[in-house]
Amino acid sequence: MKIPLTAKPGTSSQVKTGNWRVLLCPEVDHEKCIGCGLCEKVCPEGICFSTGETNSKGKVFFETDLDYCKGCGLCADICPVKAIAMKEEKK
Amino acid sequence: MQKILEGSRAIAETVNSCRPGVVSAYPITPQTHIVEELAQLKADGDGDFEFVRAESEFAAASIVLGSEATGVRSYTATSSQGLLLMTEVLFNIAGMRLPIVMTDANRAVSAPINIWNDQQDVMTVRDSGWLMLFGETVQEVCDLHILAFKVAEQLSLPVMVNLDGFVLTHVVEPVEIETREEVAKYLPDYAPMEYLDPKNPLTFGAFATPAHYFEIRQELHDDIVASLKPIAKEMKEFKKAFGRDLVMTDFYGNKNAKTVLVAMGSVLGTMKEAIDELNKDMKEEDQIAILKIVAFRPFPDDEVVAQLATAENVIVIDKSLSLGTEGVLTTEVKRAVFGKIKANVKNVIMGLGGRDITKDMIKKIVTKKDSLKAVEFVGK
Repeated sequence: MKIPLTAKPGTSSQVKTGNWRVLLCPEVDHEKCIGCGLCEKVCPEGICFSTGETNSKGKVFFETDLDYCKGCGLCADICPVKAIAMKEEKK
Repeated sequence: MQKILEGSRAIAETVNSCRPGVVSAYPITPQTHIVEELAQLKADGDGDFEFVRAESEFAAASIVLGSEATGVRSYTATSSQGLLLMTEVLFNIAGMRLPIVMTDANRAVSAPINIWNDQQDVMTVRDSGWLMLFGETVQEVCDLHILAFKVAEQLSLPVMVNLDGFVLTHVVEPVEIETREEVAKYLPDYAPMEYLDPKNPLTFGAFATPAHYFEIRQELHDDIVASLKPIAKEMKEFKKAFGRDLVMTDFYGNKNAKTVLVAMGSVLGTMKEAIDELNKDMKEEDQIAILKIVAFRPFPDDEVVAQLATAENVIVIDKSLSLGTEGVLTTEVKRAVFGKIKANVKNVIMGLGGRDITKDMIKKIVTKKDSLKAVEFVGK
């Protein structure tokens, strides 16, 4: 047995699962975002995150990590101000 | 020390001598006595292992998976439906390369429900990645357990030791039981390369994407193929340590026999008596011989080819059936000898669901050898 079969904690981030996404990809309109964080709460992958930066209205806006996003669209669905649009993605 | 014991008790005492740290099992006929006896050894203060009672075979297999992953020698036993309920875990154990040893008291599979012996249960999990050994006598089965722990831990491969349910689990016969001290000289303490430890967290059985899974499966296959050599070596070491022979295959009878019967397990005893009686009155060229198969995984292709090279008729006796095709051992023998021997390989299915296999039935097969169908069912 030569191939190591065990994994150290935290190493699952090495497996980028963003290529599982088909067709639709979230796009966050930073100007519309009010920083409520609901997208972060519903995201099954934990990849909606606060950027820490503020938009022209002084709101801390959110972003998605497309390396791991699987395109489920729950963030777009929950967003109270429709700041997230699911857009067709050309690979 | 030689004792007169029921097969199950002999296995339990032998397993206890192999110093397992955890035994977990769920009782099922005809395996029950093995785990009852282990529980008794524990209750009597003669066993150092934890005996974990499980609520199902799925749980029992999962418990030994977990305990083995913590670096503790672990053992379980089952039969029939119990083995099938373990199926998912069996693949996980092999895939995680955990060297668990289990006993399968071979029994028929439902429906119709039947508690008696055949070898359908183990053949149904043939492709799970476990090494699979079949004993003919209680002594051989006990000895295979000691060998099993040794090769499993050396190769990081699980081993299933098979014996015919009732025929061997419930028979009482003289058997050499090796003590803990004697086994310790042959079988060192388990020294895992990696194990679960809160101080050094690891994930066993982690996710593998298409980028990695393929090679991991190939390696499991390659390692099972390559296990033939170390097993043969360990069988020699076993002989040195305990004075008894262990083999992957064994040829019984005249080397020049034109007809060779092939089989696994306890039926070999009946077959040997039957052909001894037949051969007495036969010219050398008409005599019948027997090829016994002990190692089904890994399958000793080269040995089988060498031993069947001069045969003209090969008849494989199977106690299992890949429904719609033929006996599973037959398929295996055909694969191994394909294009390498001149004989036709024929298949006789016998003993399903505990149907007695008598000497007369074996003799009938031999006398009918030229008119046997490709797959012949002989139940009477």
